Amino acid sequence: MFGPVWRFGRIVDLMPEVQRLQREMNRLFSGVSQPFSQDFPAINVWSGEKEIIVSAELPGADPDGMDISVVGESMTLSGGRNPEALKEGENYHRQERSSGRFSRTLQLPFRVDAANIAARYGNGILHITLPRAEADKPRKISIKAE
Amino acid sequence: MKEPNLQKQTASNPAEMERTRNRKVYVPRVDIYETKESIVLLADMPGVDEGSVDIMLEKNVLTINGTVEPVGFPEHNLVYAEYDTGDYQRAFTLPEEIDQNKIEATVKNGVLRVVLQKAEKSKARKIAIKAA
Repeated sequence: MFGPVWRFGRIVDLMPEVQRLQREMNRLFSGVSQPFSQDFPAINVWSGEKEIIVSAELPGADPDGMDISVVGESMTLSGGRNPEALKEGENYHRQERSSGRFSRTLQLPFRVDAANIAARYGNGILHITLPRAEADKPRKISIKAE
Repeated sequence: MKEPNLQKQTASNPAEMERTRNRKVYVPRVDIYETKESIVLLADMPGVDEGSVDIMLEKNVLTINGTVEPVGFPEHNLVYAEYDTGDYQRAFTLPEEIDQNKIEATVKNGVLRVVLQKAEKSKARKIAIKAA
């Protein structure tokens, strides 16, 4: 009598795998899958004890036109780049690089010390160092033995 | 309307050659435009500087290679990643004769600009056909 119940349990265990396969198949044939999110710019985040570092690839951006603002625990990064201005008689063979304005808001894992945020832009890569606010740093609680 | 693809693309088969270093290879996005005297190529290659990009012109095939050293912060952990770093490689067949001695390339803010001057047009020749 326990046989079918046990077997049923096995089928249930298989379901996530079947669903995953189905998703994979749908993804394969739909042709709309994107390997990464379409939020621009793509970012990487490094976390340390005292700070987090956010990096973004922004080739050809104007560092003076970039704006980083922090409100509470969210950071907004905005900027843009202008398309190449072509003269009369010049024409594109191909145009794959995007241009225009972008703005992206990130949720930070903790409150940051807004006065000490440092941003560095070099070789088309932006690095933003966001130090954790002093009041928000974890405190070590000592345990007293009785 | 087709959604513009904003992320960089991995090379499916970079220049049909295997590389010695096991590193990801990306196809840089490019703009190419033609002026009266030259062909200008702009390529988005974030992470490269003037020392880490190679441009080669062989006959009329222009190859661009850019090497990017992976950035890391030893005291930090990568907790969230949307992009990966890797080298860049792309090759083009150029449409017109290019003056090989007049190629200028600059890198600024991760954008490579190559200016290829067109060669003086070779004179049109009339070929006489002889009766066999």
